[in-house]
Parts: sequence; C-alpha cells; structure tokens
Amino acid sequence: MHIFLAKRLLVAIPTLLLVSVFVFFLQKLLPGDPVLALAGEERDPATLEAIREQLGFNDPLIVQYLRWIGAALTGDLGTSLRTGQPVLELIGQKLPVTLQLATMALGIAFLFGVPAGIYAAVRKRRAGDYTANFIALTLLSVPNFWLGIMLILLVSVNLNWLPASGYVSPLENFALSMKTMIMPALVLATGLAATLLRHTRSSMMGVLKSDYIRTARAKGLAGRNVVLGHAFRNAVLPIITLTALLFGELLAGAVLTEQIFTIPGFGKLIVDAVFTRDYAVVQGVVLCTAAGFILLNIIADVLYVLLNPRLRAQL
Amino acid sequence: MTEPVLSVRNLTTSFRTEAGWKSVVRNMGFDIHAGETVAVVGESGSGKSVTSLSVMRLLDPHASRIEGEVILNGRNLLGLSERGMQDVRGNEIAMIFQEPMTSLNPAYTVGRQIAEVLIRHKEMSKDEARRAAIAMMERVRIPNADRRFDQYPHEFSGGMRQRVMIAMALAARPKLLIADEPTTALDVTIQGQILDLIKELQQEEGMAVLFITHDMGVVAEIADRTVVMFRGDQAETGTTEKIFRDAAHPYSRALLAAVPALGAMEGADKPLRFPRVDMASGAISPLPPQARPVDYAAAPLLSVKNLATRFDVKSGLLNRTTGAVHAVEGVSFDLWAGETLSLVGESGCGKSTTGRSIMRLVEPRGGEISLQSRDVLKLSGSEMQAMRRDIQMIFQDPFSSLNPRMTVGQAVAEPLIKHGIAKGQAARARAAELLDQVGLNSAMMDRYPHEFSGGQRQRVAIARVLGLEPKVIVADESVSALDVSIKAQVCNLLMDLQERLGIAFLFISHDMAVVERISHRVAVMYLGEIVEIGPRAQVFGNPQHDYTKKLIAAVPVPDPDRRALRRNTPVDELKSPVRPLGFVPPVRSYREAGPGHFVMSA
Repeated sequence: MHIFLAKRLLVAIPTLLLVSVFVFFLQKLLPGDPVLALAGEERDPATLEAIREQLGFNDPLIVQYLRWIGAALTGDLGTSLRTGQPVLELIGQKLPVTLQLATMALGIAFLFGVPAGIYAAVRKRRAGDYTANFIALTLLSVPNFWLGIMLILLVSVNLNWLPASGYVSPLENFALSMKTMIMPALVLATGLAATLLRHTRSSMMGVLKSDYIRTARAKGLAGRNVVLGHAFRNAVLPIITLTALLFGELLAGAVLTEQIFTIPGFGKLIVDAVFTRDYAVVQGVVLCTAAGFILLNIIADVLYVLLNPRLRAQL
Repeated sequence: MTEPVLSVRNLTTSFRTEAGWKSVVRNMGFDIHAGETVAVVGESGSGKSVTSLSVMRLLDPHASRIEGEVILNGRNLLGLSERGMQDVRGNEIAMIFQEPMTSLNPAYTVGRQIAEVLIRHKEMSKDEARRAAIAMMERVRIPNADRRFDQYPHEFSGGMRQRVMIAMALAARPKLLIADEPTTALDVTIQGQILDLIKELQQEEGMAVLFITHDMGVVAEIADRTVVMFRGDQAETGTTEKIFRDAAHPYSRALLAAVPALGAMEGADKPLRFPRVDMASGAISPLPPQARPVDYAAAPLLSVKNLATRFDVKSGLLNRTTGAVHAVEGVSFDLWAGETLSLVGESGCGKSTTGRSIMRLVEPRGGEISLQSRDVLKLSGSEMQAMRRDIQMIFQDPFSSLNPRMTVGQAVAEPLIKHGIAKGQAARARAAELLDQVGLNSAMMDRYPHEFSGGQRQRVAIARVLGLEPKVIVADESVSALDVSIKAQVCNLLMDLQERLGIAFLFISHDMAVVERISHRVAVMYLGEIVEIGPRAQVFGNPQHDYTKKLIAAVPVPDPDRRALRRNTPVDELKSPVRPLGFVPPVRSYREAGPGHFVMSA
C-alpha cells in the first residue's frame, strides 16, 4: 500500500510542474496588460514602467516563472494585483464555498443517478429502462444556465420558496446554508446524474451477464441479493474512476452555476481574475484545481484497488 | 422401481426473436433416479445447456418460454412462483458450470460464497456456516481449507476453483446436481481429478447427476444413461452401453464415429484421415491415410535449437525485475517438409509461446531458429515481414481472429495484396480460388465473418494463410474450439493440404486424441521444456517419461467399459515456471529410447 501510494504521489509531481508551466506561459501569451488594468486612469508611461519594474514584469519570463514556482513551493502563491490579498488567503476563503456546492451536487447526482442506473439495467429494454434513459437524455440536453434561470423564476420569484442567490456558510446557519445551496447544487447535478445513470446502467448490464451472476442465481439467492450484493459490488468499480474524472467537469460547471446564482465561490474568483489579468490569482487557482484533481484521482485509484481483491494483492 | 428424482416430460423451450417465438429445445423427456448419472450430449447449438437452464429456470423469463413438465420429487417446478423456485435452487437442485475462471464472484472470498448457500437455505449462523463450509472444502479436497476459506477466487487455479464450485453446489446436500460441461475448460489431468471427485461424492450422497457434455470420452466414463441431442431434438436415449455399442439413431452413430479416440491409431504408421460420416444415414466410410512420405534424409525446413523465451516479473517501487517466467527453456526440434510435429502439454507448459517465438510474435531471449537455413532471429523488420510468407500461423478462436468489418473475400485477399503477390481483380480471383480449395463456396466471399459458423471461419483463416504458399504453418489449438464433426473435417482438410502441397505443420494442441491421429512426430512439453520427443507411434505406444504417461492415462476414452475406472490421481495443481533473478536453467540431457525417440533423463 505504501509503495503504491508513493508511486502515485511521485507521478503527481511532474504532472503538477507541467501544469504550472502551461498556465504560466499560456497566460503571458494572452493579450491584455495587468499593469494597465491596475493603473486605472493613470496613463503616465514613467509610472507604468515603474510599476512594471516593481512587480518584476521586466525580467525574462523564465526568471519570472522560477521566482513564482520557487515561492509556490514554500506555500506562497503571491498576492492578488487587484485586491492586494495573498492568493492563498483568497483561495482559502472561496474554496469551501465551491467545495460545498460540488459535494452537494455530487451527492444529489449519486442519489439519483446510481439507483436509476441499476434499475434501468435490471429492467433492460422494458418500459422502466426506456423511461430512465429518456429522463437522462433530457437532463443531459438541458443547458445548466437555462435550467438555473428557470428554477430561479419558478421557485424563487413566483413561489418564493427559496432564496435566489447569495451564500451562507453551513457553520453559521446550517439550515439556511442548505436552503440557499440546494437549487444551485440541483442545477449542477442534473448532467452529472444523467452521466452516472448511463454509466451505471452499462456497467451493471455487463456484470449482470457474467457467469458469476448466473452462479449466484443458481444458489437460490433472491433477486435483490443478486443485484445489489453480487452485481453492484463489481459494477461500482468503473463508476469510481468515472466520478473522479467527472470532478473536472463539475468545477467547470460550478463556474457557470456560481455566476447564475451569484455565489462567491472559486468559479467567480477565477472569472474575475481572468478579466482583470490578475495573473497570480489565475495561476494559483489553476494550480490548486489541478492539485485537487490529481488528489481525487489518487483517492479513486486507492479505492479502486481496495475494492478489487485482484489488485489488492499487488499492494 | 422407485420414483425418479427428476422427471422431465415434453420439455419445450422457446426464445423470443424478432420473427416470433423460436423453439430451441423440443419435447425432451427423461428420468434420473437417485444415485444415477444421466449424460446429455450433443454439439454446440444442440440445446443441451438450454435444457439444463430450463430445469433450473435460469433463463430470462421475459425472453424465453418453458413448456412441459419438470417434476422434482413429485412437484412440477414449472408451476412454482419465482420465490418458490429460489428455495429449490442451490438447495434441492444445484448446478456447476463450465467456466471455473468466471463463475465465482471476484469480489468475495470463496469461503463467503460457499457459506452464503448455507445461510440462505439452512438458516445457519455465520459461524456455523463457516465451519460447515470449511468441512465442505475439505471434502472436495482443497488443501489447507481453513486458511483458503478467506482467499479470493483469483488466488485459486482453474481446477481448485472448480472444486470450490462443487463445494458450493453440494453444501446444501441437493437431491440433484446439474453439471454443465464442468471439465471442458480444464486440463486433462485436472479433468480426471474432477471426474473422480464427482463420482465419489455422488456415491457418498446418493444424489442424482445430470451431466451435460460434448465429450464422448467423458460420457463413457461417467454416465449410466445417455440422452443424445441433435439440433434441439432428443435424438435418442438409452443406457450408455447401448448408445455406444448399438445406437439406433444415425446421428448418434455419426457423432461417435467422429470422436477421435486415443489408442485408435495402434498399428498405423501414417497420419490417418477421419472417416467420412453421413449425418443423415449414419453411414461411415473410412478415408485413406495421408500418404505423402517425409524425406528425413533432407535438411530440415525449420530447425530450433535451445530456444528460450522468458517474461520478466517486476515488482517494487522502481519496477525492478525480481524474477522471470521461464515460459520456454532449452527447446530444440527439427521440422521437415510435409511433416506434422505436434507440441502437446497442459496450459502454461509453453507450447503456444514456442509457436509465437518461432514467428517472432514474442522475442526469444536466446537460442537459434533457422528456416530454410536462414537465421530467423537475426532478420531485420522488413526481412522478417518477407519471411512470414514462408511461415504462417492459424489461431484457436475463429470468432475473434477475423476482422468483423472485412468480408471474408477481403480477409483472404489482404495478405496477397500486402505481400505484393496480386492486386485488384487478380487478388479477388485468387481469393475465390483459395476459398474453393478449403471447401467453401467462393460465391460467399462478399459475406462478413458473423454469417459463418465456427468451422467455416476456421476454413477462411486457413484459406487466408494458404494464399502466401507457406512452407510451414504453425497451428495453435486450431481445431480445439470446434465441434467433433467439424473438428474431423478441418483436420482432414489440413491433411489434404499437406498431401497436396507438402506443407509442414507445427501443430500445437492439448487434445491427445487429435494429435495421435494427425501427427508424424510428437513433442511433449512440461514447464517450458520438452520432456519427450519422437515418432508418434513411439511416444503414444511406448511412452517413457512419467509426465507423458500421466498425460496419456488421463485422457477419457469413449469406451463404456471404463465406467468404473478411478484414476486416484493425487490432488495437485499445475506448477508455474516462475524463477528468481539469476536462476540458471539446468543443462538437460536426453537419452535415446528408440530411433528418433528422445526422453529427458536429467
């Protein structure tokens, strides 16, 4: 197990370095000048030059990169040009918000997608299967932003059941936090639930055809025991891998959803940073996201191995 | 006479198709008494497995319909609710299946899977079930049952997994055991052990056994009575003795005539074609032997010396090599034009790796291979391509070795075009000719592989290889997946081609009876090495090495007189040739037991 983990972590280091190179240099290629954005009305070339010099923007790119990555290794991701706050602090503020949104969305997606997928697989090519697939396809086809706006109109504006926007930390007021977040989480979960449904269905259908399921039935086990006890235990493996990969999609979706519901999360942070060419923030956020994504995949790998006795022997 | 345990009456099973209900099993009727074994035999598609699944009602109820009566101890199972049937399955009737590798759930320990039956049907507590399951594992002679209870299926060999399946099936002491091809996927020495075990347990428990198989040798050894199935119908039923000695139905006679029987070649000196059998009348007309002489005075076509192929075993943080699988070690043999040399042995013995090494589909670590006195191992990539015209390979699985998106005409023409032998219309015309040569209608060349049967596909694979006019064909288990009658036809085709074209075959097979029939010489492999090699009549008639003797003794012979036979072979597993790093393979010496007959002595 230790060797397995060590191997995974070792591979993560070059991956992260590669990500840092990409984000740093790609950003420099973008049109736009952070100094202009920072200076506002000030257009005096000497002043602009002084700011540039002070921020180190006149050094060769490679020096700038090394300076940034060197600091990042010690835990310093720089300060935001726009607000003057340390980037790490900004991320620390916004990350929990997005994590809450993503976790709730993932939970909802699992709650509906996986059982519906199992149901569809058991009811293969019958009414239940067709209905589940029809709903999945519909959910996948509806754009998030449209669904979000429609939900706000219906639930918040017309029915006045839930707040349309804003954010409350669950540590402050748990009930209110859930109330404000449930709608955005639901919007974010729709596509995810549909994807999970489709994959659970196909994974389960494959497993249900296998010889050991026939063995389980030949033993006289009841249908529910066969499906949940014997089949799902094996069908869940690819779904774990899928979920880790879907997490990337989830973050992309969160950017949009946070805009619609004006939630002060990670997504909003990066959108604002890109618009103002706030390099340090963009780099920090991307690096953090990449690290999170890699971490999640390592967790998925570990889970996969723990649930699969054939791989466990290799640990 | 006592009431039968199982009585099947007018059993008809149909499947739902786009064109409506289609019956696949019609009007089956047979009885099985306590302590009795009834075999259902037939070729693939004859409906024998559907019959057993119908008795268990394991077919998808939405896609199938079962009619007639299945009476178990006076109760018609077809009238039971699904819940009622669940109480019967695993409790009164238990089943074991063909594929021990895939029939156990990989996510649970074998012990848990056996105990589950007891918890479900005998209302045992977890602890009681564990004790009973371990006792059961001991009864099926799984060594160290106590420790192995907590192991997972992948930690067991095929034979041991089948023992686990049997323990699971017998845990609740069923009245009837259905065994659906339980030994087909196993090696022949393991097959003997499993057949012994089933016979012994049956005697102790007095249960009835319904044994589904395609192997007439197994039928002869195990069955009191036999039901012969032919395309969904019950062709004939009677005592096994009567079926073997005096079958009434022409199909039964045809099936028996097509079975290659070990020992049938005593006294013959040339490879012998299988007799032609008329399926309608059951008339058997013998065919002449493959008469083309082999010129052993000439230089051999293919010469292999000290071939070694190893696969590294890596482990640890840095994937360091910690050992190697010595798949092929010190293998030497010659192959002459127009000769068939068979490599026989059990799974993992290295016979397929030897074939693939000669083709350089895997790279050998050492040794010499010369084909027509050219050093194969020194050829460059493009020279190797050219050399492959002379040495071609036919594989085991005719279903997966043809590209499903190519017509058979294209498949046969492709090597001609790739090697620049013909193109366009000429390639097409040659492909048609080749299909004719292997006994297929060239009018079928625009069809796709899925429209052909297994035997026909294997003919397509042979036609594809023939286009290059190879000198040597490596046939890797090329007839193993085929039904007996088809197997006989394809073997005859190979012998025809050898007689006509002088092709040399390196015939890789685990099927001793087929090997005896078609070989000039035989090499027996064990753990990567040849333990005995010599003329076919010598190796089969006067085997010298212990392993050769064991292998020959384990083959079931289609002769009902051998029914009482117990092999009493010790319970063992096939060993694996994994060696630690730095292992130096011992230098072997061979003694000559007769002209050209060599046996490993040390």
